[in-house]
Amino acid sequence: MADWGPLLTLTFLTTLLISGIRLAIPIFLAALGEIITERGGVLNLGLEGIMLAGALAGFMTAYAAEQSATPWLVGLAPWLGLGAGLIAGLLMGLIMAVLAVSLQTDQVVTSIMLVILGQGITTYVYRQQFSSLTARVTGMKPVPIPVLADLPLVGPVLFNHDLVTYGSLLLLAASLFFLYRTTWGLNIRAVGEHPAAAETSGVNVVAVRYGAVLLGAALTGLGGAVLTVAQLGIFNEGITAGRGWIAVALVIFARWRPERAFAGALLFGIATALQFRIQALNLEAIPYELLLMLPYVLTLLVLLQGGGRSVAPAALGRAYVKE
Amino acid sequence: MSDSVSPSSVTAPAEAGATGVLASRRRAGWLRQIAPLLAALAGVFLGLLAGAVLILLSGADPVAAYLAMFQGAFGGRRALMETVLKTTPLLLMGLGLTVAFRGQVWNIGGEGQYLMGALAGAVVGLGLQATLPPALVIPLMLLAGLVGGALWAAVAAFLKLRFQINEIISTLMLNYIAEYWLLYLVRVPLKDPESFLPQSAQLARSVRLPTLGDTRIHVGFLIALALVPLVYLLLWKTPLGFRIRAIGASQTVARYAGMSVSRGIVFALLFSGALAGLTGIMEVSALHTRLKAGILGGYGFSGILVALLGRLHPVGVLVAALFFAALTIGAQTMHSVYGLPMALAQVIQGLVVLFVLAADALARRWMMTR
Repeated sequence: MADWGPLLTLTFLTTLLISGIRLAIPIFLAALGEIITERGGVLNLGLEGIMLAGALAGFMTAYAAEQSATPWLVGLAPWLGLGAGLIAGLLMGLIMAVLAVSLQTDQVVTSIMLVILGQGITTYVYRQQFSSLTARVTGMKPVPIPVLADLPLVGPVLFNHDLVTYGSLLLLAASLFFLYRTTWGLNIRAVGEHPAAAETSGVNVVAVRYGAVLLGAALTGLGGAVLTVAQLGIFNEGITAGRGWIAVALVIFARWRPERAFAGALLFGIATALQFRIQALNLEAIPYELLLMLPYVLTLLVLLQGGGRSVAPAALGRAYVKE
Repeated sequence: MSDSVSPSSVTAPAEAGATGVLASRRRAGWLRQIAPLLAALAGVFLGLLAGAVLILLSGADPVAAYLAMFQGAFGGRRALMETVLKTTPLLLMGLGLTVAFRGQVWNIGGEGQYLMGALAGAVVGLGLQATLPPALVIPLMLLAGLVGGALWAAVAAFLKLRFQINEIISTLMLNYIAEYWLLYLVRVPLKDPESFLPQSAQLARSVRLPTLGDTRIHVGFLIALALVPLVYLLLWKTPLGFRIRAIGASQTVARYAGMSVSRGIVFALLFSGALAGLTGIMEVSALHTRLKAGILGGYGFSGILVALLGRLHPVGVLVAALFFAALTIGAQTMHSVYGLPMALAQVIQGLVVLFVLAADALARRWMMTR
């Protein structure tokens, strides 16, 4: 009989929730990006490849800055890394936009190709640049919010995170405002629902779709960089381990709403954290491979609840051909 | 935007040309015939060119590197043999996915289906190799591989039809699940007690796939080759194939025409899963000889590229599989001579498909205008 005692302590719960929130952030950023892209009517399934590109670009930039031994560069290293991840995402998004929006290629085919390209290029560049596999970056330190961080349980769980985590919460608020309260958001949604009607009322469908794809890919690339630069401090081939695909699944579960995507990402973060913790306890009763499966099984289960295809943007996945 | 345009980038040109009233405004017949081929060639050329830039950035001479690649893939009997050996899994995976993609069924779970086929086949082989004659065990192993892959794909088919879960996501999640499942099996219940490593017992020499003459090429290659005309016949000469292509062109139209869309989707998924499973057991039987962590050759994703580059036509898939195999085998030589990472083959494969997609779209536009 396994000893379940360690699972029931307050410390365990606290650390579980802390790392659950951390692990949720990269998936949330990618899912948020995809929501914006899909709201604009473009189905970009290439998140896994874009995240990988962001993860490597971010890692390499932060690593180079740290190795430079110039104090201010070292200090800025994580931020430069995040910026590089964002730009890498933007570039991947540009490929998608040129092909799928301008040339009207099949969006499914194009974005699957983007995944493969991202995997190939990151593996190639990483092998080319790092002969030893021990390269690390320091990552980001938690910034406790005064007074609030000292509260029991709530303090460490909610008010002792790195700036990226706080920033992601701001992004959630900003995205809700952007999508539902600004003209740009309205235009994106209109283009995703009925591009021809949007065009008639003076919206440049192609420009809006470029914007939606680029913004979405930039956020996805940022998510990848958060993973390597702020959290893990290392890069491996395929380090995203399906997080990009999980983000795609979350968009459906979230019914294309940012706040639901955040809740879904939290669920995954906590499930993943739980799997790490149980592994660390070394309970013989549960093979660790089955724990590693958990996030992927959970994705399928979550989709069983998701359904909701009917609320997808009406023009999702369809190229827009100007009459 | 009508349904008839969205799948256009991967459908054969002649069919795409038959849809829509624009046909009369298009360019002359012979140009329409060769334009897609020219576009494909231009795409391959541009992909290789982009790869050359990458090699240059890595500090090597692209011309010399590509020559080494070509030499490594085709220079001599051994090189050719390795290339043919590598063509086999790519061709099998690509053929299965051709059927699925023709029906717009986006099975990207080739890796999981490959692993489950390998698992089922190896278990049958290990269980029966001591009791039955090899002439019986080998076909049973291959059959188990087919069934294992098809069953894993059937999970995605069930989720799609019963719960409307997109097969792209379900097949992908099933890849990870299959991978961890296999890792668990070879670490605990199927572990070879003689070994310290997490791996199953070895298949007896007698139940490995027979090779042709004194080469390393095994009968799997012949099976894959035989499937080229069979898949062609299936897609273009049977009612089932017609149904799949109709579903691929437009589900709505196929439904109005009274076809069972769900049966077509199930068949497409199961067929591609079965071929992936067959690939898995063939690779295990002929090359790896046991179940272990490294048996996945990345064929799930390269199979997708092979099917797309082959323009979802069996003959095209054969050419694409050969091309990708040559790139992969050649990359090994490039690696040993110039120290360039072997992942370069994967990059070039991706770039080639990217440029073929773009060139194809441009050619299509050009044909639509006067």
